[in-house]
Amino acid sequence: MTDPAPTSEPPAAPHPASFMGEPSPDGRFGEFGGRYIPETLMPACIELEAAFRDAWADPVFRAELDGLLRDYAGRPSPLTECVRLSEETGVRILLKREDLNHTGSHKINNVLGQALLTKRMGKQRLVAETGAGQHGVATATAAALMGFECVVYMGEVDMVRQELNVFRMRLLGAEVRPAHSGSRTLKDAVNEAMRDWVATVETSHYCLGSVMGPHPYPWMVRELHRVLGDEAREQSRSLLGGADPDVVVACVGGGSNAAGIFSGFADTDAELVGVEPAGGAAIGRGVPGVVHGMKSFLMQDEVGQVLEAQSISAGLDYPGVGPEHAHLAEIGRAKYHSVNDDEVLDAFVTLTRTEGIIPALEPAHALAWVLRERASLAGRTVLINLSGRGDKDVAQVMDIMARRS
Amino acid sequence: MTEPGPLEAHLRAQRAAGRKLLVPYVTGGLGAWTDVVRALADAGADAIEIGLPFSDPAMDGPVIQAASEQALAEGATPASILDGLRDIDAGVPLVVMTYYNLVFRAGHERFAADLVAAGVSGIILPDLPLEEQPPWQAAAVPAGIETILLAGPITPDDRLKALCAASRGFVYGVNLMGITGERAVVGEQSAVLARRLKDATDTPVLMGFGVSGPDQARQLAANADGVIVASALMRRLLAGAPVDEIHAFTTSLRAALDGS
Ligand SMILES: Cc1ncc(COP(=O)(O)O)c(C=O)c1O
Repeated sequence: MTDPAPTSEPPAAPHPASFMGEPSPDGRFGEFGGRYIPETLMPACIELEAAFRDAWADPVFRAELDGLLRDYAGRPSPLTECVRLSEETGVRILLKREDLNHTGSHKINNVLGQALLTKRMGKQRLVAETGAGQHGVATATAAALMGFECVVYMGEVDMVRQELNVFRMRLLGAEVRPAHSGSRTLKDAVNEAMRDWVATVETSHYCLGSVMGPHPYPWMVRELHRVLGDEAREQSRSLLGGADPDVVVACVGGGSNAAGIFSGFADTDAELVGVEPAGGAAIGRGVPGVVHGMKSFLMQDEVGQVLEAQSISAGLDYPGVGPEHAHLAEIGRAKYHSVNDDEVLDAFVTLTRTEGIIPALEPAHALAWVLRERASLAGRTVLINLSGRGDKDVAQVMDIMARRS
Repeated sequence: MTEPGPLEAHLRAQRAAGRKLLVPYVTGGLGAWTDVVRALADAGADAIEIGLPFSDPAMDGPVIQAASEQALAEGATPASILDGLRDIDAGVPLVVMTYYNLVFRAGHERFAADLVAAGVSGIILPDLPLEEQPPWQAAAVPAGIETILLAGPITPDDRLKALCAASRGFVYGVNLMGITGERAVVGEQSAVLARRLKDATDTPVLMGFGVSGPDQARQLAANADGVIVASALMRRLLAGAPVDEIHAFTTSLRAALDGS
């Protein structure tokens, strides 16, 4: 995709008949997606889509982003084979090490792309929502790098359990505003960010942190994370003598790290598995619904009120899911399972003790599913997207362990 | 041109009689809300907007968020509110305002039928823009439900024309870039939008968002056909104002509009 294209035409899709190609012109993946937003935001979404298409087809933009990803964020991230854990489980486990990126998670890939796009659109202020704080930290980081103003909305509950990230964002010069309404977690932070954006859309860009929201976000954010999937495919092929892993596993909150790694393998024979928290299983428990600008699976009651998710992990504590995952589930290209908080804590400790890698609680979900399925996965090669590092979660886990002992 | 439905016909007739239109809002299911609906009608409302509270009202400011949360905590559901409207006999057209998921979850046809059964004429769905309207319209139009579309200060001309052409009942002009809630000052952009809408359509044009009191209502109505008042009323209700006080405030809005 480095060919220059005339700005009036969309760039060619990376894989013409891909399972994860471009959405339809109205922003749909199958029946999911779309643009369910107030009229006041419509011009901004249309402008953003045009700006992204234009930038994505512009080799100068792509080179600038690649440069930032390499020299600032530290890409490519390595692929690590888990020798001891593989021996112990009988499953050959590979990790895509997004935890080693600058700011500690995959979130930086998306944010650097959107920040460059913000500059290109002539805007100077970033608005973001955050759950675990990783997207907020990444956004605050990009804002510091580019000299933008930055406001991050975060649920009050999450501000307590991710106190360190709140301080980190403030250190970086961002303003962190609490979301007091509803469940006071990620869903409510999204509402607040949208309310801010409606009022400031002429000068602000909403730097959405996952593959959710109105078109073009689900598609744009996935494309900005495609780099990690493409790297992982090439890295595993060189490790596995040209073969692909049998199974590719990622945790799913909104679904951005999963979309990134799935996009690298969607058109291979690898099985794709997304892992949701049991208390936030939008695909597992959900029915189609519309919130936050998109149609997707949604945890809701019988009249359509959105339910509050419950998870140990602030980053996955979300009742919805990105529309492309709803589509991949519907057509059966990816499977989605859920794990409970206890399984996650076990996985967190297991990876720490056997490999010397402290994972974030979010990707510990992906590992938890692999550990549970070790018998059925025996002898197979499994690639897990280790989407972030666990430093942010250490204090929370310490509290939980102290309460349990 | 299709024949105007009952809501639009009523508003057109009121306008033709030389009257500026007043459409107040109340959150359904909140306390003595049915008494409030009757009081609003009695105090001179030309139509009444009833909110069906949603868990995630992303277009609403703190007042309507709080009203929605409280109504939901009191057990309000779309069915309980529509039941309450069934025998209200307000004497003016009723319009429901809600978020699309409540419609989508019920199913378009069932929801439209429920509105008709409750005597509701129109609906406002702020998160269902023009492009996403067709599946809902396919059920609403045959049922005779008038769907009101919104236009904002930065809506470009071509979109504005398309919105006006598709809107039934009235066209909702959003006074400002932002969420619902009273503003001390509503800027010039409201007047500019009102004039653009009036140039684009003969359908009644009502301006809403930010309206805090009688003087402002008169100013905002000057370039349009009328105003929608929500947070100013709901703030009073949430603070415990009795129905009499809501009646008196609505009467003052009516008087200001009649004086203009
Ligand atoms: C490390 C990490 N992984 C995953 C997620 C979940 O987001 P997504 O599902 O978009 O990848 C988060 C969100 O905060 C995160 O911090």
